[in-house]
Amino acid sequence: MKFAVIVFPGSNCDVDMYHAVKDELGEQVDLVWHDADNLDQYDGILLPGGFSYGDYLRSGAIAHMSSVMAAVKRAAEAGKPVLGVCNGFQILLESGLLPGAMLRNKNLKFICRTVELSVENNDTMFTSLYEKGEKISIPVAHGEGNYYCDDATLAKLKENNQIAFTYASDVNGSLSDIAGITNERGNVLGMMPHPERAVDDLLGSADGLKLFQSIVKHWRDSHVVNA
Amino acid sequence: MSLTLEPNPQQIKDEKLYSSMGLTDEEFGKVESILGRLPNWAETGLFSVMWSEHCSYKNSKPVLSRFPTKGDHVLQGPGEGAGIVDIGDNQAVVFKIESHNHPSAIEPYQGAATGVGGIIRDVFSMGARPVAILNSLRFGELETSRVKYLFEEVVAGIAGYGNCIGIPTVGGEIGFDPSYDGNPLVNAMCVGLIDHQDIQKGQAKGVGNTVMYVGAKTGRDGIHGATFASEELSESSEEKRPAVQVGDPFMEKLLLEACLELIHNDALVGIQDMGAAGLTSSSAEMASKSGSGMEMNLDLIPQRETGMTPYEMMLSESQERMLIVVEKGREKEIEDLFSKYGLEAASVGVVTDDKMLRLLHKGEVAAEVPVDALAEDAPVYHKPSAEPDYYREFQAMEAEVPAVTDFKETLVNLLKQPTVASKEWVYDQYDYQVRTNTVVAPGSDAAVIRLRGTNKALAMTTDCNARYIYLDPKTGGKIAVAEAARNIVASGARPLAITDGLNYGSPENPGVFWQLEQSADGISEACLALQSPVIGGNVSLYNETNGTAIYPTPIIGMVGLIEDVNHITTQSAKQAGDLVYVMGDAANEFGGSELQKMMNGGEIFGKSPAIDLSVEKNRQDALLKAIQSGLVQSAHDISEGGFAVALVEKLFGTGLGASVSLDGEATAALFAETQSRFVVTVKEENKAAFEAAVTDAKQIGHVTADAEVSILINGEEVVQAPVSELEDAWKGAIPCLLNSEA
Repeated sequence: MKFAVIVFPGSNCDVDMYHAVKDELGEQVDLVWHDADNLDQYDGILLPGGFSYGDYLRSGAIAHMSSVMAAVKRAAEAGKPVLGVCNGFQILLESGLLPGAMLRNKNLKFICRTVELSVENNDTMFTSLYEKGEKISIPVAHGEGNYYCDDATLAKLKENNQIAFTYASDVNGSLSDIAGITNERGNVLGMMPHPERAVDDLLGSADGLKLFQSIVKHWRDSHVVNA
Repeated sequence: MSLTLEPNPQQIKDEKLYSSMGLTDEEFGKVESILGRLPNWAETGLFSVMWSEHCSYKNSKPVLSRFPTKGDHVLQGPGEGAGIVDIGDNQAVVFKIESHNHPSAIEPYQGAATGVGGIIRDVFSMGARPVAILNSLRFGELETSRVKYLFEEVVAGIAGYGNCIGIPTVGGEIGFDPSYDGNPLVNAMCVGLIDHQDIQKGQAKGVGNTVMYVGAKTGRDGIHGATFASEELSESSEEKRPAVQVGDPFMEKLLLEACLELIHNDALVGIQDMGAAGLTSSSAEMASKSGSGMEMNLDLIPQRETGMTPYEMMLSESQERMLIVVEKGREKEIEDLFSKYGLEAASVGVVTDDKMLRLLHKGEVAAEVPVDALAEDAPVYHKPSAEPDYYREFQAMEAEVPAVTDFKETLVNLLKQPTVASKEWVYDQYDYQVRTNTVVAPGSDAAVIRLRGTNKALAMTTDCNARYIYLDPKTGGKIAVAEAARNIVASGARPLAITDGLNYGSPENPGVFWQLEQSADGISEACLALQSPVIGGNVSLYNETNGTAIYPTPIIGMVGLIEDVNHITTQSAKQAGDLVYVMGDAANEFGGSELQKMMNGGEIFGKSPAIDLSVEKNRQDALLKAIQSGLVQSAHDISEGGFAVALVEKLFGTGLGASVSLDGEATAALFAETQSRFVVTVKEENKAAFEAAVTDAKQIGHVTADAEVSILINGEEVVQAPVSELEDAWKGAIPCLLNSEA
């Protein structure tokens, strides 16, 4: 399986995502600059964290206008897995691939720590190797991760099982403790916690590895069926 | 500003206008004799900023020359952007500490943020990839709304810059003391990695080569910042707010990536950060180091504002800029490289052979001065030094044991002292994990980052107990280095080298100058004894507010090498049943201790703790060997607050308890700050091997499963408490102080 890690000016978790895929997952991966307009050769798209365009104007607001985002949208429409982490999640929200918006953290400060998440839905291409309700340790590092949406959207997220991860206890004030959501189709996941920071026990947790392995498993399974 | 007419040379001399820029009458006379004529306004500015203490070290040079700077593994000592130490496998570690005290006292967020930005540029201008940031901060007591504001904004500024640029802030230290009330200290350290062949220098070689300006445009911010940094703070300092720069970490991220691509292009001849004194220092120093000259056309400098004068452009300290020299004819390659990152690279001048810095502006020569005169020929002063009266009084005092009655309550109160208390409120705001190499995060003795692709890791720390240095600068200087090394060794690393951030009051005061000399001697002795040379650093003098100096605060930034990631050791206890050892006995040493300060309303007095560097070295060697042999579960040095604080810190966050028994005078056994000591835990099965390896370790008890701490002295239980009660006090102290009304 071949992944693209999209690099915007100001991305800073791109290298971490790259190493997680290459060194720990053992799959192919390229760093792809924001001016690319074709992602056809990739099987999965990863939007990393960081401060694209310095978070100026609004987190993710400028990055979503990049030419590469049109290609990301086409990949999503084609059913390829698209994962946005932290700033990547914010870009997915800005581009309308996922519903809702981010507010500043409830305490108005940047928060960096390893938190406990609950796997709310393990019936997705990103979470199939987790147990439903499994508690996993994944780091967060963000200033604007306080997820918000209107009541109708929240009801729809719940009804469609689009909430993938929640915080086991409140971290940043997010509505319903939401840490990560998918689109309706289930092939676009946005999450504030950083699974790519949790792929090696030496650094404290390898609980994020199963997320990447789930993506690969889904890809392999679907390609074996198609073959 | 630009509309004001500049004074002519005669006016500058007759009205002594140079003195407002910090030049003395004597210095102005020297400028006049170097030039053989009177300097114009821009030239006066060039000299004043390059001859400021901040740029020239004119007052501190005689002291700095005492430091040991050589070592087999030192690839670059003081003099370039940052020092470099070989770590094997063709890799090297690059690091430096720098102060940003004065800007932070006036505009704490931007002052701290640009301090971080500046030290990062020093590291990547060497060609190194910055991999970690540390800091060392000092504030007054967290009691007034002003100090709370400074503290919160400095932390936010460090977080704002470091998080955005994506370099983890992995460690540091913070102290609180009334002496820093009006003059906080903000020292930032950056650590980078480099392959030997990529090491760059700030040089302007090759006559005819092109001088290029890259990065952000020049504005009117930070004009005369270096001069401002070289005078005391006072009531009128608020007026100097325009001398504080504004940072843009996004711009620096782009500049960083572009420069690290640039170093692999063989068209590059030299590169230097435009830090303090901006264009002036980078151009003059690059030319002077290479024995060449430089001519720049200031009309070509990318400018953010209209109508800037040569004086303003040359003295601006706008951030995120670099000056580079490239081979003539290859400018287009460089322009293309930078344009990929959305950055401008402008050809602004040429390297010449006449050793002059010549500045053209609107068709005229705006300034023409010898580069060596700016960079090398600054006057050097041998300031008078005198042992202050307070030192003699303190030395004559008998050691006194504070009268403690309730040991547990005293321990709880010590844990609540902000210098001792948990700094989680601070480091929660720093992204300490980005780049996914951080093995030991903030909160242990030293931070540890692994070196991806190898089995090695780096340990790093900043340390300085300024109270000891105030009481006894020479002994305190030794202790600062020894404590840094203790933290490095307790993490499983061998100390490599140090960078020092020397923060003092005014060198015009003979007592302050004596503190500087004495502490430098102490630092030097310890560096030799612990085989850790000084590879660079920074001097910040004039840290005074309205005539009162800070405690002398030479911050030691140390980096150590861990040869095998399996040696990485943290301070936290690991499992119930492990044996607890203490290395070193406590003596009645309370001078400058946390306990003395707490019980005397912030006052300290008497002698500092003593230190024997050979004992220190032997213990560190023995402990490191035991760690490398896999005999040690956890190790923690005993510092502020003494043994009791060190013991309970080992239990916080682990769910474990400890039961220990000591002999001797109870207050000293619990709270004295006697040096060269560690608390270590060891698996029962390694008891014999550990005791054979570390002969002066004494077993005092064991780790328990019940999350209770029990300390017996001479058979009597003097402290008994649930760990959670102590941990709550320790964790809650800083948030509680910040939330309380001033």
